[in-house]
Amino acid sequence: MWGEVDAPRAGNGLAPDVFDAHGGHVPMREYGGEVDFAIVGTGAGGGTLAARLAEMGFSVVAFDAGAYFRPLQDFASDELTQNQLYWTDKRISDGENPITLGGKNSGKAVGGSTVHFAMVSLRFRPEWFKSRTRLGYGADWPIDWREMWHYYGLAERQIGIAGPLTYPWGPKRPRYPYRAHELNAAAKVLARGCESQGYDWTETPLATVSAPRGKSPPCMYRGFCRFGCSTNAKQSVLTVWLPRALKAGAEIRDMAMVGRIETDAAGLASGVHYHRHGAWRFQRARHVVVAGYAIETPRLLLNSANAQFPDGLANRSGLVGKNLMTQSNQAVFGRVEDEVRWNKGPPSLAITEHWNYEDRKDFFGGYCWMGQGPLPIEWASVQAGARGLWGERLRHAMLDYNHAVGIKMVGEMLPDERNRVTLADETDQYGLRVARVTYRWGENDKALIEHALGQMAMSLQGAGVSDLFRQEDDTNHLGGTARMGFDAATSVVDADCRSWDIPNLFICDGSVFPTVGGVNPALTIQTLALRTADRIKTLAGRGEL
Amino acid sequence: MTERYPGYDVLAKRGGVSWDERTRRAVDERLAVAREPGFFSAGEFLTLEAVCGRILPQPAHRPAIPVAAMLDANLLAGNSQGFRVGALPHDGEAWKLGLAAFEAEARSAFALAFFALGAPPQDELLHAAQDGKLQNSAWGEMPCDLFFAKRVIVDVTAMYYSHPTAWSEMGFGGPASPRGYVRMEANRRDPWEAVEAKPGGAALAREANRRVG
Ligand SMILES: Cc1cc2nc3c(=O)[nH]c(=O)nc-3n(C[C@H](O)[C@H](O)[C@H](O)COP(=O)(O)OP(=O)(O)OC[C@H]3O[C@@H](n4cnc5c(N)ncnc54)[C@H](O)[C@@H]3O)c2cc1C
Repeated sequence: MWGEVDAPRAGNGLAPDVFDAHGGHVPMREYGGEVDFAIVGTGAGGGTLAARLAEMGFSVVAFDAGAYFRPLQDFASDELTQNQLYWTDKRISDGENPITLGGKNSGKAVGGSTVHFAMVSLRFRPEWFKSRTRLGYGADWPIDWREMWHYYGLAERQIGIAGPLTYPWGPKRPRYPYRAHELNAAAKVLARGCESQGYDWTETPLATVSAPRGKSPPCMYRGFCRFGCSTNAKQSVLTVWLPRALKAGAEIRDMAMVGRIETDAAGLASGVHYHRHGAWRFQRARHVVVAGYAIETPRLLLNSANAQFPDGLANRSGLVGKNLMTQSNQAVFGRVEDEVRWNKGPPSLAITEHWNYEDRKDFFGGYCWMGQGPLPIEWASVQAGARGLWGERLRHAMLDYNHAVGIKMVGEMLPDERNRVTLADETDQYGLRVARVTYRWGENDKALIEHALGQMAMSLQGAGVSDLFRQEDDTNHLGGTARMGFDAATSVVDADCRSWDIPNLFICDGSVFPTVGGVNPALTIQTLALRTADRIKTLAGRGEL
Repeated sequence: MTERYPGYDVLAKRGGVSWDERTRRAVDERLAVAREPGFFSAGEFLTLEAVCGRILPQPAHRPAIPVAAMLDANLLAGNSQGFRVGALPHDGEAWKLGLAAFEAEARSAFALAFFALGAPPQDELLHAAQDGKLQNSAWGEMPCDLFFAKRVIVDVTAMYYSHPTAWSEMGFGGPASPRGYVRMEANRRDPWEAVEAKPGGAALAREANRRVG
């Protein structure tokens, strides 16, 4: 087991104070009997929703399998130790292009993957919400982009995004609440490269503040963002939404693994079975929200199969676990004479979304690319993995660390039912069947990657970078596996993230994405959670909840 | 080979404002790693040390990073990546199987223990594993190239580059909390960052690196 936190910290009316360095607490309300909402997962989807529902006056208990960290006290500036933030329970990854799991895409902590995310906070291109009808691929979202645009604005303000004065692509958007961060040398290489190709670039909108905000100091540019921010400059679910949730009366149960959702005779969800403090317990709830991300959400729904729902919950369509998408995360790296020291600052300070908004290409979907600043272990794994280096050659290549530069894409992969999460026969430490994740790149995915690698290489050449090499096999964010849609036959949830089959069961996380687009997903997940909360309030007001 | 960052020691910053308490604890623990194996048998450990020594050979002028011992300690503590790829068993199990297979390959090809082979034959076997060409029945169901790419490379590089000696060698600033960094432009070094030796400038760099802290 990684890390030092080996027992739950929330309880007895107290939750950890995430802004305290010495074991401090904040008050937390606790619930004995039935609550309005049991939320499984406290990440981008679940944590945001917990805050808003509590603020609307609902009684909320949110569960997370991970620990409740106090960043100032618990986060080492160290790649290895910070494995404590990742989902490292057993899983199996297979298929033609098996996905690297763990730290690449799966958090396990109160606050979810946003505790170690890279803070890149982008909006979808409007057309992607109707990619089937407008662009001819994938599946439409049952939500209009203008509504999302409204909620994006709310999310950006409430999270406190630092971004550029004007954003070069897409419809007008409001100003970001915090000024953009200064570019580091690696970001300037990206900018030079884009300018050599005539493409726009901009400072990346980031969820780390450039000026003090509440108890968050401005970012100190220490560069360990993807291993947890130890100063709390990062505006994560842990530091933004969960303090609000607690203040509004939500209870958070850390190190609480939900193993099964219970349904009653009427076929409604009645609560969750969870493992905490060494024993299985039950929490009764009028509504259950699953927000465990694109692998654990389908796993829980499938593991909750019972006599009434033999194929798992919310699965009459047979789509739970299917249409898993990751995003292509290929890169081109090289060397410059300058001392760049790319570990300084957040890794992705500059971005181009050029190929998200340009449709003159011979494949579907889009991609962006961003600056990079991998730390030593990751950089060694790139050198060894992408170039096949080991031995003296590897050690020697690593000596050029402070001269290395690179750019990495986030690319859209298309939904395909064969890419999926199923249950394996193996079980984990709780005796629950583990997820088997099966993945294969499609022809369109490969064409998009090829295009991106070529474009990235040209731009780096244009920026005067030498010794280029490609990292051809990497993927990151996840989506799909419980897609939202227009009807019960072709989707798992409706536009309100509500199960078609079990009306008091909601899914609110990255798994509801019908398509993933060519941008990082966390802002869209939080935005969707804001909308879902408003919809739940509206439905409750009408007596339709 | 001459050093790139002569005299730079990232640990000189340990007591200062670039390191917080939690980081000190993590790195201290790493530096104090037990040298005796607890997860692997003595025999497996000899093979492991030999493999690590070829994946990342270490210069003679400084104490070696105890890569094999670090990996052993992590496996003993149950520190796992969690997921396993298709045909590979889980972390520790894959390692035991793979080390036994390297040993079997060495004995059948050279009639010697893997650790006793010397560098060229060891490299030959490692290359063959990387290329998926090893066939000994000791591999069982486990493809040797998958083991090489997803376990050997991943774990050995992670151990090596988690060690302060590796950070010093490559001029990495290392832990930087709470102080962080200030000078974001190219060719601008914060005074607490490593100084690179320019051609013929080793002595100058060594002198300047003495002041980094
Ligand atoms: C290294 C890294 C960098 C990233 N960088 C970016 C970025 O820069 N920008 C961006 O937009 N996105 C980024 N992402 C992706 C982003 O963090 C995720 O897409 C997002 O957090 C997913 O939100 P979610 O609510 O679906 O799930 P998560 O945020 O992953 O939350 C799920 C939570 O549910 C818990 N859980 C799951 N199952 C159970 C269960 N059965 N019982 C109890 N708890 C359970 C988990 O422990 C976890 O805490 C990054 C991800 C990683 C890994």
